[in-house]
Amino acid sequence: MIRSFLLAGVACAALAAPAMAQTIAITNARIEPVSGPAIPSGTIVLKDGKIAALGAGIAPPAGATVIDAKGGVITPGLIAPSSNLTASEVSGVRETRDDGTGSALSAAFDIAYSVNPASAMIGLARDGGITASAVTPVLSGAGGGAHEHADDGVVEDMTAGAAGAGDPPLFGGQAAFVRLQAGDTDLVEGSRLAVTVSLGESGARAAGGSRGASIVLIKSALEDARAFARNRAAFEQGATREFGLSRLDLTALVPVVQGKTPLLVRVHRASDIRLALKLAADEKIRIILEGAEEGWVVAPEIAKAGVPVILDSQADLPESFETIGSRLDNAARLHAAGVTVAINGSRDFNNLRQERLNAGLAVANGLPYAAGLASVTLAPAKIWGQADRIGSLEVGKTADVVLWTGDPLETTSWADKVFIGGVEQPRDSRQTQLRDRYAAPDNGLPPAYR
Amino acid sequence: MTGWRYTAAAVGVLALGLTACATTTGTGSKPGAAAAAKPVEKVEAKPLPKGLDGAASTGFPSTYAPLPSRPTAFVGATILTATGQQIDNGVVVVSGGKITAIGGPGTAVPADTAVVDAKGKWITPGIIDAHSHLGVYPSPGVSARSDGNEATDPNTAQVWSEHSVWPQDPGFNRARAGGVTTLQILPGSANLFGGRSVTLKNVPSLTMQGMKFPGAPYGLKMACGENPKRVYGGKGRSPSTAMGNVAGFRKAWIDAADYTRKWDDYRAKVQKGEKADAPKRDLQLDTLSGVLKGEILVQNHCYRADEEAVMIDIAREFGYKITMFHHAIESYKIGALLAKEDICSATWASWTGFKMESLDGIDANAALLWKAGACVVIHSDDPIMTQRLNQEAAIAMTAGNRLGYGISRAEAIKWITANPAKAMGIGDKTGSIEPGKAADLVLWSRDPFSVYAQAEQVYVDGALTYDRHDPKYQPKSDFELGQTGQGAFN
Repeated sequence: MIRSFLLAGVACAALAAPAMAQTIAITNARIEPVSGPAIPSGTIVLKDGKIAALGAGIAPPAGATVIDAKGGVITPGLIAPSSNLTASEVSGVRETRDDGTGSALSAAFDIAYSVNPASAMIGLARDGGITASAVTPVLSGAGGGAHEHADDGVVEDMTAGAAGAGDPPLFGGQAAFVRLQAGDTDLVEGSRLAVTVSLGESGARAAGGSRGASIVLIKSALEDARAFARNRAAFEQGATREFGLSRLDLTALVPVVQGKTPLLVRVHRASDIRLALKLAADEKIRIILEGAEEGWVVAPEIAKAGVPVILDSQADLPESFETIGSRLDNAARLHAAGVTVAINGSRDFNNLRQERLNAGLAVANGLPYAAGLASVTLAPAKIWGQADRIGSLEVGKTADVVLWTGDPLETTSWADKVFIGGVEQPRDSRQTQLRDRYAAPDNGLPPAYR
Repeated sequence: MTGWRYTAAAVGVLALGLTACATTTGTGSKPGAAAAAKPVEKVEAKPLPKGLDGAASTGFPSTYAPLPSRPTAFVGATILTATGQQIDNGVVVVSGGKITAIGGPGTAVPADTAVVDAKGKWITPGIIDAHSHLGVYPSPGVSARSDGNEATDPNTAQVWSEHSVWPQDPGFNRARAGGVTTLQILPGSANLFGGRSVTLKNVPSLTMQGMKFPGAPYGLKMACGENPKRVYGGKGRSPSTAMGNVAGFRKAWIDAADYTRKWDDYRAKVQKGEKADAPKRDLQLDTLSGVLKGEILVQNHCYRADEEAVMIDIAREFGYKITMFHHAIESYKIGALLAKEDICSATWASWTGFKMESLDGIDANAALLWKAGACVVIHSDDPIMTQRLNQEAAIAMTAGNRLGYGISRAEAIKWITANPAKAMGIGDKTGSIEPGKAADLVLWSRDPFSVYAQAEQVYVDGALTYDRHDPKYQPKSDFELGQTGQGAFN
């Protein structure tokens, strides 16, 4: 009951916010446009939901609400490159998890239908400066290669793939992209943006047991999708050979084989990354790599193929036999080789706030600072086809902007103000309301009255 | 301590200091020694055969020996002592594995002491992770090495995590590179009573015994909440509910109290020289009895504030003390109670909402507890986070400072050093930079609360065990030889 009360409170606050963006000028800020060099002290103007101006010598327009940043730092809103935000609420509660397909669908699973704009975790993410996220289905063959959390293994048990009967499907489903503006009933910015698939240990499980089967099955599925796309009429009449996937799954793969949308390939071991690159070249499809703990081993090959990588910069343990080569400088080495690197937070612990610190960790281990900032802003925007509107601070782009108290990659900084589409977002979340209730002085009544 | 309602015996034991109840050194106590003392009458009091006297067993003895060291002075660093002080441009002098002096720039450096120029660097005590499964859930995480949960019965107080530790876990090396010098290795939380914990020095060793922290008391891992009832309820066994959990705890303590009484009677008779038959030693009850006697510290996995309050009442019912709640994500709701009861709370700063009992996790948990005067520990339970407990503490500190609490680095460093040392019963030996304490030190490249900070050198008992700039001091596990990731530190 408390929970629904709080949610209602958040929703009311959001609805009370102005629907139309005011003109806002933030002055006296260090501005990190990401697409260009930092402006040590300048002003940014947000107008009609867009960035109207930014620079050192900008005067606030007449009538603008002026915010003195007092030397704070302005960045684009952070983007989670691959998360389950809005599609999973409590990872250990099966009923709240809509980020995996189960057994009914494979590539056709569409996570855009799972998005819950009232998720209590949105406020928490936004409080950490996250303004948008790619929402991606869980791994096919869930559990393989993933770290088993020793004391609370519940997370692994509850993923949809593992909980379903029989073999997990080969493909995980289709990814979506959300922006996190409060009070909006539709957060989905784009859907069917990629189809996910796993190689390596997870992929092997999804393919019936070993690596040797998984690429064969994936290639076969792509071939079927091509045949299906060439002659749907024949398929409808039952005049084609039997395909390995259903009509729905084949339909989802058509834009992939046409090169319109990428395969998001979860992969870890260097040899499996090479297989992914060869698959992309042979099949003339686009791919994104996620995980890629041993990416540094094959960095030049990834760069040459022009394939972007989404990684967790904390991964430095041989937690499985496919991540034996994990290193803290993976991001730095990939970047040095010319690979576009996006950095992830933590998927199942509702800890997307960790993403910026993970970028800081990558910087501590050799990634140039500018690339570190890009890894949580412009790089994920580019990977997900959103960079024409968000991901950097440029005149004409959407005003998804965060004002930080200091270095956005630093532990001791926090997001002071968050703007999405030029609208200042509510600063509270379920977590801040809990905090404020128990930080409040004792009023002689139970905390439920605070 | 005053708020506690112990039996007189338990108070007596605790008054000696928890560490006086050392159970791991294996030196100084001979099997049967107590039983043989001062026979009043001339009745033949034969010592019990080896292995039958639980009180005389101190576990398999530690063979830990510090690595070679030399007298060293670290000069010019910013020092966080974990006693509440930040000393700028300070000096730490180390000799014979101990800290011999700490102070400002005027601190005298004895002759024949090597000097490390630490200008621009920071020094803290070695980081202590009070909740680790390194070695028992090692990397790689394959089922053949999944040795952390004896999930075959809700009460497995008879198992000892040290008997599962694989010292070649590469995670020990990664943790050391993050400044971790001491670890409490716990059994998992599948069971109400998971078994004994062991405290390890984080040094490379061929054997677990070579890592055992001399003189550290044992802990008992208990788990309330969702895990035991999920594991056993799922098997159609008790506990399947929260009340089943509590019934399981109480039954075990009744058995333990009864076992303790039988042994006490036996010893009293032997003491008086009367004829007496020793009860049969029971490993499970030995451990629980050790808790009732105040020799073994209760390390209680418990997320929810209301369940912590129930656990406190169980402890009162049977006269034992809970030393620390682990994963105590809701402790902020009952900070005053925990302060009064002198129970530490070990928590993460940033994990929340991954299961029902973690739904109310907030990053200001530690700060609110600190404000309430309760003991705060930041722990990892994770081979990745353990490498950056300094950052996790920074997140927790920042959450408080966002509320205007003004928590200093000098205070927050205690959460990962002095406070876990206290909660592991080794606070008199390590965890702070004071003369006489073990020279467990980390030399940081910069402010350790920064995301960019790196441990450059890590000392255990005055000996260099890790050096970021010297491959000779970047130990690798046997497992890592011949593998892709070799040399992951440079």
